[in-house]
Amino acid sequence: MERVRLTIDGKEVITAAGNTILMAARQAHIAIPTLCYHPKLPISGACRACVVEVEGRPALVASCATPVAEGMVVHTRTERVLRARRLVAQLLLASGDHNCLTCQANGRCELQQLAYELGVEELEYSAEPPGYPKDTSNAMIERDLNRCILCGRCVRACNEVQVNEVIDYGYRGKRAKIVTAWDLPYGESNCVFCGECVSVCPTGALTETQAKFRGRPWVIRKVRTTCVYCGTGCQLDLNVVDGRVIKVTSDYRHGPPNYGSLCVKGRFGYDFIHHPDRLTKPLIREDGEFREASWEEAIGLVAKRLGEIKAKHGPQALAVLSSARCTNEENYLLQKFTRSVLGTNNIDHCARL
Amino acid sequence: MTNSIAEVERADCILVTGSNTTEMHPVIANHVKRAVRQRGASLIVVDPRRIDLVSFADIWLRPKPGTDVAWINGLMHVILEEGLHDEDYIRQRTEGFEDLRRVVESYTPQRVEKITGIPSEDLKVAARIYARAPAAAILYAMGITQHTRGTDNVKSLANLAMLCGNVGIPHAGVNPLRGQNNVQGACDMGALPNVFSGYQPVGDPEVRKRMAEAWGVQELPETPGRTLMEIMEGADRGEIRGMFILGENPMLSDPDLNHLEKAMRQLDFLVVQDIFMTETSQLAHVVLPGASFAEKEGTFTNTERRVQRVRKAVEPPGEARPDWKILCDLASAMGYPMAYDHPRQIMEEIASVTPSYGGIRYERIERVGLQWPCPTPDHPGTPFLHKDRFTRGRGLFHAIEYQPPPEVPDEAFPLYLSTGRILYHWHTGTMTRRSPGLVERAPECLVEISPDDAARYGIEEGDYIRVISRRGRIEARAHITDRAVEGTIFVPFHYAEAAVNRLTHGHLDPVAKIPGYKVCAVRLERP
Repeated sequence: MERVRLTIDGKEVITAAGNTILMAARQAHIAIPTLCYHPKLPISGACRACVVEVEGRPALVASCATPVAEGMVVHTRTERVLRARRLVAQLLLASGDHNCLTCQANGRCELQQLAYELGVEELEYSAEPPGYPKDTSNAMIERDLNRCILCGRCVRACNEVQVNEVIDYGYRGKRAKIVTAWDLPYGESNCVFCGECVSVCPTGALTETQAKFRGRPWVIRKVRTTCVYCGTGCQLDLNVVDGRVIKVTSDYRHGPPNYGSLCVKGRFGYDFIHHPDRLTKPLIREDGEFREASWEEAIGLVAKRLGEIKAKHGPQALAVLSSARCTNEENYLLQKFTRSVLGTNNIDHCARL
Repeated sequence: MTNSIAEVERADCILVTGSNTTEMHPVIANHVKRAVRQRGASLIVVDPRRIDLVSFADIWLRPKPGTDVAWINGLMHVILEEGLHDEDYIRQRTEGFEDLRRVVESYTPQRVEKITGIPSEDLKVAARIYARAPAAAILYAMGITQHTRGTDNVKSLANLAMLCGNVGIPHAGVNPLRGQNNVQGACDMGALPNVFSGYQPVGDPEVRKRMAEAWGVQELPETPGRTLMEIMEGADRGEIRGMFILGENPMLSDPDLNHLEKAMRQLDFLVVQDIFMTETSQLAHVVLPGASFAEKEGTFTNTERRVQRVRKAVEPPGEARPDWKILCDLASAMGYPMAYDHPRQIMEEIASVTPSYGGIRYERIERVGLQWPCPTPDHPGTPFLHKDRFTRGRGLFHAIEYQPPPEVPDEAFPLYLSTGRILYHWHTGTMTRRSPGLVERAPECLVEISPDDAARYGIEEGDYIRVISRRGRIEARAHITDRAVEGTIFVPFHYAEAAVNRLTHGHLDPVAKIPGYKVCAVRLERP
């Protein structure tokens, strides 16, 4: 692989040809803020939050979209750069209604972080707030375009990662916004609610409805696991607050098979976990009705009745259906039990259904 | 899958058949769509329904339900006729080619058009696209397997792939997209009547001896057991008296439910271990509360044979317990002590008795799962199978003749019924129908019907209609859409109140014993 040598903030950096200045800087642990950039998405270079100064070039360049070159000398924190970034932050803050007080993104919002890093305390510009009505047309994704910074990450996620082709930029100038076809709310559009747009939104414009007011980002404990729906086996994170799963997210860094993508069931179909209908006690049928029982009694009864049938009718009168929903370890144990304790090979599961 | 999910994205041609991938495996569908849009791959869709992938396809073939062997033989006929097959591959790596050639000879595009309804010119175009691609991947699911000739369908796809040298190379292969999260693992672990874990046959005395030693028992049963549908028949005839069901709901998922219910009610003793009360556990004598995937440790194996970790995030509700613990308690209560501190130990035991899982250890799959075969602790796993040689040595062509499905429309029942799933729900709906977001998108069962059929029967969008087969009837609303082909209606099986498996028949594929869910005959009535 061809290597390129450049200097960033006085530090010599060697990186692969074709890498961007941003990638080279991150390899060298030099922080450059970004907004429209997301490592999973194609580069767009739209927001200018990542601008840097390159010696010999008259204008500041977007580091996320500029390839490195041999001998390049880059400055990431000159006064000129910081002034430009502050201007970007100021304009973005003025263009929307960015009230962090109860925003779901508070604490993980990348615009908030940018403003903080740049020390933006006072808003220098004032503009009419856009006044978009919230899109609460469905029970999964809440869309608040007042918090949208038009970075286009959701557009790229929808069109180039999931290839659902549901959203794009619409209108012009001050009226520009992200739209579905005919500018319908999500619930009435042809959206399939994979939530890829939510997963890449840097602000609180796109959030998971059901997680609202259920826990701030900093109290969430993430537990990585494997999705329980189809055979793709997507890697995901159960987001737990106070012993309850409040939402499901994923991360491209988890790697195969899904590289952070999910579908509607994996992302939004987790309510069953804490559903009040869950079975919580062993049940024994008596006179046609179920009554609650202790584990000891229930296991004792099952062992006794299976044993009786085996003794009276032989092991071939017993059969076991295992579960394609349960773990490998459980399926292994159940076939071991069936063969070595019950003494039959009558075991199958719903592979064919 | 012979190959890996990520490889699909770099295939030159993708043939999708009997898989509504965007709804059933949405994340795999993303790879297909990106291959087409961003890498210029060709896409061939073969499906009676106008599934969403059709809008990404170079060509869409629309066969009559149940005619798969005919169109696959037809593709091979064209490929051979035009000399597009891979002669070197056939000579070096396969056997049985001459038999195959003799059978497909009679499947001329004209004859195939008569059987399947696929225009002969379209068949030729598709054959050329598939055969000319350097690496062509076939993706299929239950639209191929859930037929009374499902095994023939799968073998035919394997024939097609071998004919063009597409097995044993990257970005190609024959790739079943497995339905349930751990259906691959349940098979791998020997939750099947004829094999122990790792597909080691119960009929092999050597294997039985080794397993009996490992498990500390005198002997193990030698005769292969009954398959699911044979178990249910046994219950019907009084031969099966006691049944233990772990996390399944046959009373909604199995065919010919009216018949099944009668059989289940005859059991002397039925135990169901599940996380919800289901149509099946309602019939049980004892119900044991298990734990959901979020409440226990373990592994699932995905459709590309990747063994991945499942981790406990929350406690089970009430007194519910992880299923592996319940099984240990039950075995111990029956005089066979089973004690493990953690599923990690169970996996160590699995690895010790299962050659293909021999190298699987929890510490190796903490970050990224491993794909079996993974025989040793230093083996890196296997992204694609049959490289250089097939498991059996040479790849065997099966010469297969087309046979029509057992029940086809007639005067009394003039329409085909095909059953399946939709994006927003899962299997029998015990989980997804408890999610407000999903329920809002798909609150009730819709019968998908073509505009022509709707006009013929005077049906308007949203009308309640009655669907009747020789075995039962259901009522649901009609949804008129050009997704449906004329002469065929589609009904998902997620909805207990309109349980479509009251209509389906119990005819099975003779080898795989899979029910022919995709084809039966029905008529419509206005209630």
